[in-house]
Amino acid sequence: MYTQALNEAVERPRVVEDPEKLAAFQARIDAEEKIEPNDWMPEAYRRTLIRQISQHAHSEVVGMLPEGNWLTRAPSLKRKAALLAKIQDEGGHGLYLYAAAETLGVSREELYEQLLAGKAKYSSIFNYPTLTWADIGCIGWLVDGAAIMNQIPLCRTSYGPYARAMIRICKEESFHQRQGYEIMLTLCRGTPEQKAMAQDALNRWWWPALMMFGPPDSESVHTEQSMRWKIKRFTNDELRQKFVDATVPQAHYLGLTIPDPELRYDEATGHWRYGKIDWEEFKRVIAGFGPCNRERLEAKRKAHEEGRWVREAALAYAAKQRARAMAQKIAAE
Amino acid sequence: MTTIHIEETPHLCAVLRLADTSLVLAHRLSEWCGHAPMLEEDLALANIALDLLGQARLLYQHAAELEGKGRTEDDFAYLRDAPQFRNYLIAELPRGDFAFTIVRQTLVSAFFHPFWQRAAGSRDATLAAIAAKAEKEVAYHLRHCGAWLVRLGDGTEESHRRTLAALDALWPYTGELFEVDAVGRAMIDAGVLPDPETIRPVFEATVDRLLREATLPKPPATWMHSGGLRGVHTEHLGHMLAVMQHLQRAYPGAVW
Ligand SMILES: [Fe+2]
Ligand SMILES: [Fe+2]
Repeated sequence: MYTQALNEAVERPRVVEDPEKLAAFQARIDAEEKIEPNDWMPEAYRRTLIRQISQHAHSEVVGMLPEGNWLTRAPSLKRKAALLAKIQDEGGHGLYLYAAAETLGVSREELYEQLLAGKAKYSSIFNYPTLTWADIGCIGWLVDGAAIMNQIPLCRTSYGPYARAMIRICKEESFHQRQGYEIMLTLCRGTPEQKAMAQDALNRWWWPALMMFGPPDSESVHTEQSMRWKIKRFTNDELRQKFVDATVPQAHYLGLTIPDPELRYDEATGHWRYGKIDWEEFKRVIAGFGPCNRERLEAKRKAHEEGRWVREAALAYAAKQRARAMAQKIAAE
Repeated sequence: MTTIHIEETPHLCAVLRLADTSLVLAHRLSEWCGHAPMLEEDLALANIALDLLGQARLLYQHAAELEGKGRTEDDFAYLRDAPQFRNYLIAELPRGDFAFTIVRQTLVSAFFHPFWQRAAGSRDATLAAIAAKAEKEVAYHLRHCGAWLVRLGDGTEESHRRTLAALDALWPYTGELFEVDAVGRAMIDAGVLPDPETIRPVFEATVDRLLREATLPKPPATWMHSGGLRGVHTEHLGHMLAVMQHLQRAYPGAVW
């Protein structure tokens, strides 16, 4: 998902936790209590959450770029407004999520610097290019659709501020998903060229969308601990399967073909079985070698660098205002 | 679809001037999305762009009604070429740096806030309703961008220098906002649109106050650009439309 890169080598805990506190903490989690910022929590829980929430925030923010690529070319005024509003929503998600991460004792600036320095991860999906208008439909339908699969359970995640941010975000993501599907529907009911555009976009986005759920459970190092702490409630493979089951009929309704010759319906289980995911591609993109990794980070760095004087000016002005207020107060005394 | 040809009555032309200005400015603002100096400004500039886009759509729909030929908002936006666009030149200039965008948006809002206030009393009831909505939106744009203008002007040496440069570059485009040609005169006489001369004192007062707070000098009276209202644009508009209209032009008649 937006936090798919979590299964990196587990950092060794720097602190040895008090077993009694740990047991009490686990008991609260088991009782479905929410953990709040001022509550005691194990260091590893805090670190996992910071990493997960900040990766999620970075994904929202980097995700503005591929869609932003079509803002100036949206084919109707209605689509232009909807796309702009959607990208604005994603920026808003970034803001809530950075705020949620800040409750864990890190600053947004620090997290953002890590992103710009290439030290933090974001979802691999945003390293793919948006080549035609149909890609905007596919992103809404598949990428926001996959996001929802992952994020609905996160509305019940054990950390209170994260869970509450997710509730707000999920409402908007499902709106984005419907909007994306509607773009696809319009294309598929349009001219043969438009339908071909839709199929081509699905061909390019299908597999990367499946990769959004992260590596298979057999290789996912963090899953077990995260499940115990109820940071996560379903495994990567469970969520991926839910997504496939929900999405295949939607593709059929559009009259599009899923680019997977091995895809078949399993009568016994009621699941759609899909072919092998190219995990080498996934690892490569996560490691920085996807089609747009370099451009995405460059665009964010450029904006940050070019905006430096603006942020400095805002700080300088605020400092002057404080000094003036102080001087006035002194003069009045 | 090939380029459409509009027979402009003064009323239709006047509405298209407003619609085109909102659309072109919204487009320029949307270019910031994802590239602003901070995430909050990505959102704020997108917000302003969305308001302007909303105004443009209502105005084009109104234009379609006035013309009475069954055209849509998109026909006006996507199927006219640059010489048929009627926007003020100030709207089409490239986004520039953040200072340029802020100065432009402040100047345009300082004009349009009192403009829409007065247009809310228009004899054209549709236009009056659009104006009443736009007035509230532009009041916010003016507050937001005016506050930035002050921060940038009275911030650091660099921000002061950049803001001053933007002001120098943009000021010669403000004269056009007050131009009254035959179309403008007809609309004033018919009680459809306000006389810009009645707006000038409010505009001047707003600009003077903000520049004073921003510690920026008022630009001296100078030669003013003109042409947008009659379709004589800068070199920038054609490029903007080439991008904006690309899909509609590449796949004529397709529905999106
Ligand atoms: Fe989002
Ligand atoms: Fe979304």
